[in-house]
Amino acid sequence: MEGNLNMVGYGLAAIGPGIGIGLIFAAYINGVARQPEARNVLQGIAILGFALAEALAIIGIGLAFAL
Amino acid sequence: MCVSYTLLAAEGSQFESPGPGDFEYPPIFGEGTFFTKPMLIIVVATVLVAVLFFLAARRAAAVPGKGQFMGESIYGFVRNGIALDTMGREGLRFAPYLATLFAFIVTLNISGIIPFVQFPATSRIAIPLFLAVISCVIFNTIGIRRQGFLGYFKNMMFPPGIPKLVYVLLAPIELVSTVIIRPLTLMLRLTFNMFAGHLVLLLFILGGEFLLLEKGGLVGIAAGSISLLGSIVLTFFEGFVQILQAYVFVLLTALYIGGAMSEEH
Repeated sequence: MEGNLNMVGYGLAAIGPGIGIGLIFAAYINGVARQPEARNVLQGIAILGFALAEALAIIGIGLAFAL
Repeated sequence: MCVSYTLLAAEGSQFESPGPGDFEYPPIFGEGTFFTKPMLIIVVATVLVAVLFFLAARRAAAVPGKGQFMGESIYGFVRNGIALDTMGREGLRFAPYLATLFAFIVTLNISGIIPFVQFPATSRIAIPLFLAVISCVIFNTIGIRRQGFLGYFKNMMFPPGIPKLVYVLLAPIELVSTVIIRPLTLMLRLTFNMFAGHLVLLLFILGGEFLLLEKGGLVGIAAGSISLLGSIVLTFFEGFVQILQAYVFVLLTALYIGGAMSEEH
């Protein structure tokens, strides 16, 4: 077996943001299903939350290659 | 990449998985010059965006042509969908900058899936770094100009309505978060989204090619076909991610500017 242990660590680290992004979009879909007219407002918020949660995964992959 | 790949194949077929080394390009005009493929992409993207908006604005007609329609839809999307929604009417001043930023980042990102170009120039950290520094300077300058130097930092670090003792923790966190973490995450998010996306595409395409041509056999052909078909799906997904990341970059810049303009944080 060859490879880098960093990548295993990154795989573990990606679980958190994965769950987080899932929760964010679950809430977004729930919100739109309940109030379809609020879609435009919710979309910006959902994308923002997604971007912030995703940043963790992205920092993870950056460090996996850098360290 | 292609050269090293064929060399390896000749030695005895061993797949070399793509890594950060695939993002280093040699100079186009031979040794000793500095002009590389990502630089060429940036120059072309700059010219494209400038020409698009210049032509769209100059030949403005009541019945828009194709170019004008494209320029106006991009501008209208950023102006109404981002600037107006996040900053209100005050944000219209920033709509031209945000629209240019959006068009520029989209062009650089989308170069990652255009055939024969196939390198997202934003995966080199220098470009997002520079764009993030510009965004950081803009929103801090706006905040200082609107609320005064002391007022800006006071509103940022000491939001009202919080127990006094919490300020010991909150003030440094807010300061670091606004001045350092914000541009840092702007930069890292764009860079590594493009980096990871390009890496995955490389892995699927080169891996599929290796399985089909070098490994062969029933397993190799089946797995290689699946991998290459998957790479087509992933290319479209990458296109979606690339546009989404440009949108996120511009949206966050607009939100930061909006936050610096309003008094209450």
